Amino acid sequence: MDRIADIWGPRTPHPRGTVWPARVDQYLADGITESDVDRWVLSACLLCSNGCGCDIAVKDGRMVGVRGRATDVVNHGRLGPKGLYGSTAWAHSPDRLTRPLVRENGELVETDWDTAMARVTEVSRRLLDEKGPLSHGFYTSGQLFLEEYYTLAVIGKAGIGTPHMDGNTRLCTATAAASFKESFGADGQPGSYTDIEHCDAIFLYGHNMAETQTVLWSRILDRTRAADPPVIVCVDPRRTPVAAEAERTGGVHLAPRVGTNLALMNGLTRELFANGWVDEEWVARHTLGVDDLRAVVEPYTPDEVARICGVDADDLRRAARIFGTSGAVLSTVLQGFYQSHQATASAVAVHNLHLLRGLIGRPGSGILQMNGQPTAQNNRETGADGDLPGFRNWDNETHIRELAGLWNVDPLTIPHWAPPTHAMQIMSYAEEGSIGFLWISATNPAVSMPESARIRRILSGDRCFVVVQDLFLTETARLADVVLPAAGWGEKTGTFTNVNRTVHLSEQAVEPPGEARSDLDIFLAYARAMDFRDAAGEPLIRWRTAEEAFEAWREASRGRPVDYTGLSYAKLRGPTGIPWPVNEDAPEGTDRLYTDAVFPTATDYCETYGHDLLTGASVTEQEHRALRPDGRAFLKGAAWTPPHEETSDEYPLLYTTGRTVYQFHTRTKTSRSRSLNDAAPESWVELSPADAAGLGIAEGDLVRVESPRGSIEVKARVGQVMPGAVFAPFHYGSAGDDPPGQANELTMTVWDPVSKQPYFKTAACRVTKLRDGDGPAPAPTTAGSAPADAGVPPTEGGAATTSRSVPTPAYPNDPGVS
Amino acid sequence: MQLAIYLALAHRAEQTLADSFRVVGEGHAQQPDVLFTCRTLAGMSDDHVRRLAPIVRRYGERDDADADEPERLHAAGLAEVRSGPVGLLRDLQDLHVLGTLVQTTWTVVAQAAQGLRDRDLLELAQHANGETSRQLSWLNTRMKQAAPQALVVAE
Ligand code: SF4
Repeated sequence: MDRIADIWGPRTPHPRGTVWPARVDQYLADGITESDVDRWVLSACLLCSNGCGCDIAVKDGRMVGVRGRATDVVNHGRLGPKGLYGSTAWAHSPDRLTRPLVRENGELVETDWDTAMARVTEVSRRLLDEKGPLSHGFYTSGQLFLEEYYTLAVIGKAGIGTPHMDGNTRLCTATAAASFKESFGADGQPGSYTDIEHCDAIFLYGHNMAETQTVLWSRILDRTRAADPPVIVCVDPRRTPVAAEAERTGGVHLAPRVGTNLALMNGLTRELFANGWVDEEWVARHTLGVDDLRAVVEPYTPDEVARICGVDADDLRRAARIFGTSGAVLSTVLQGFYQSHQATASAVAVHNLHLLRGLIGRPGSGILQMNGQPTAQNNRETGADGDLPGFRNWDNETHIRELAGLWNVDPLTIPHWAPPTHAMQIMSYAEEGSIGFLWISATNPAVSMPESARIRRILSGDRCFVVVQDLFLTETARLADVVLPAAGWGEKTGTFTNVNRTVHLSEQAVEPPGEARSDLDIFLAYARAMDFRDAAGEPLIRWRTAEEAFEAWREASRGRPVDYTGLSYAKLRGPTGIPWPVNEDAPEGTDRLYTDAVFPTATDYCETYGHDLLTGASVTEQEHRALRPDGRAFLKGAAWTPPHEETSDEYPLLYTTGRTVYQFHTRTKTSRSRSLNDAAPESWVELSPADAAGLGIAEGDLVRVESPRGSIEVKARVGQVMPGAVFAPFHYGSAGDDPPGQANELTMTVWDPVSKQPYFKTAACRVTKLRDGDGPAPAPTTAGSAPADAGVPPTEGGAATTSRSVPTPAYPNDPGVS
Repeated sequence: MQLAIYLALAHRAEQTLADSFRVVGEGHAQQPDVLFTCRTLAGMSDDHVRRLAPIVRRYGERDDADADEPERLHAAGLAEVRSGPVGLLRDLQDLHVLGTLVQTTWTVVAQAAQGLRDRDLLELAQHANGETSRQLSWLNTRMKQAAPQALVVAE
């Protein structure tokens, strides 16, 4: 089966309240058959946040394919195109980094580990002596393993003592975490994938799930194509497959103007109040702030929302009615909200809708604030993103003392005297020269951060010593002073946690190439070389293997919402991944949080005292205590404000960036799979038919797109965006001297006041035609970037895969009809 | 009645604060959060000034020479910004001083409004007082964030 052409695979429809049938999807590289495979090694897919359980096929010491695990609660055996085609091909790519590199006379040259590490520690030591811990910054990933993040977090917080540590998760999932903290007091996904089987309606907010988490979308399709389907409501400025499904199920597609999400959400919220769809008794008992929220949303009548957002007032009313009158509603949220203007307030508004109706903690009534990357969740849990390990509150002295006790260090070492420094601020400090040592692991900010030219300038300048560890010589690695070759997925062991809290163990299947080492080993080697010690003079980091690191983390999670104490490597070798908390009360894990409607908001327990959603100002402990939240959730609202950059005569179109189904992140792995790469080989830009006609642009023409910050030259797809908007996929970097196609050349340096997530979807631009095209744009036809012109040949040609039905096993935490 | 003097003070102090927020925001535009948040916060003060206008018309605004005691309370706004990380910190601190003056002014006005049972004025004073708290909270938060780096490592 060609899974490039057939993204979601065959349907297995089933009735509401029944278990999603199992089906095993498998891909083996050219010429390999099942009987050739030497071993299958336990893992989970690392190419999006869904975390599909899988086994890696190994032949002659090479990874040669994957198959879904039928017994895994997340995917019931399925895999999507990225997982199938993209999981293993990169590993034996000839351009893997196999030896460390150091910069000599301006050039990166190969060297050995001792030389490279000595260079790193020499600069690190000198700066610590001269300037102290604030001279050090760490920028990490959403693609390492839990053990690696936790080790890095301990090095940064207890060894060095710097608050400058963040992950690229800031770019993809910070708003999910921030919105949970504001509403419920701590991070933690309330809902479960099993809510799909129990709900009556599904709202997808800025979440093109059909492309970003294809297997989860298959799970939804298997319900919407059944005889008793849930109704879909889609909020997205593009006509995506999700939007089409909304129309098919009798739901609504709302396409708000870019930058107006919060006005739309306020309108939906107001409709709940105006129509009496609020569960007053539940709200009184379990929430705080309903009167303020009612006042905030009062001005957002359907007509006012229609005026601001450019949506039809009756469509808004219909969507609100679906939310207000359905028995069980599941909501999912992603980048369309997180990377847009007023991100945290908009994501929080989704929680508000659920809280107003008491639709949380019950089968079918869930919230899934999604993550972009596969291990973003662990970054948040362990504190490699600047938070403190175990969802502890940096403003709470008792929490700091707990950590200080755990690590046996002086509480003052742990940087808690100021808010953790977010990624964009770390770059600013590096730009000013006050961060002189920046360590970047497994991420490519030269492509993925906004205003790329500025980021390249900062990283290539001589004010900051840059260490990069990665699989390949990425755009970012080329600018580094030291490059460390890392082992990737399948070449090392570790755990990671998907969007709905399910923890998987991924075992080492093969040896890494050349001298490449696991990120864990690299961090441990640095800690050893720096000789970080605890208060008793013992080594600060006492673990040497991934399993020992996991055990150390387990202790750090004890008593916190993210409780791993009931998990072990042995337990994770069982048939399925397991959702946390796992402890004595929940030995088999926890499918759904907040079933008792008690939220982690108590002042002494919560992860944050909260913020003003408009400004990001912190709420103080005294203010929080005075509210006596004591387990009640917060209803928080904010007024809509116009976006930071609006269209003008000079830049008349709105520019927004996004994703395509066949690529992941900056394509480090997916571009090395022939099937995936051929399906979406180069960058493009999408225009609406009306705008294209006005500009004299036809399918495939070469165009220049310019914003006040930069320009790109790419081919045009006349497609599905709303008139007035322009869409560009963010995955593509600039190769050498080619005309730049990198979407982030145009984006702004501006971020959400609470989550500090950059707004990739707020910019104005203009488009001009450069010359006629010689064929259609290199954009896939299969999903959101489908062409308006039916004459474009369909995207197809993926390698063969198999898909077979198997008996559906019994899944713990997935009871089916109750 | 001396209330008019305090209304004048509120009016001028809010205007000064609004202008100063804009100066600091534009002057530190390389820190985008400072730029955009200062704009938003300036907007709050603008709004207070606008809503005060009809009330001032009712009481008359006295801002004359014989009211020289409160006159001395008028603080000069920020006409230009300082440069560098420590400069940002100092500018935020100056805004905080201005904001504190605004806040105590509203506290005093709210007391008077209660005495006069002037609901419109009381509502405005309480609303403005609340928003001034938001301005001050943000300034505090941002100063806490900037201080360690500015004072310990920046050159
Ligand atoms: S949905 Fe995500 S985790 Fe599952 S196979 Fe596809 S890329 Fe991998």
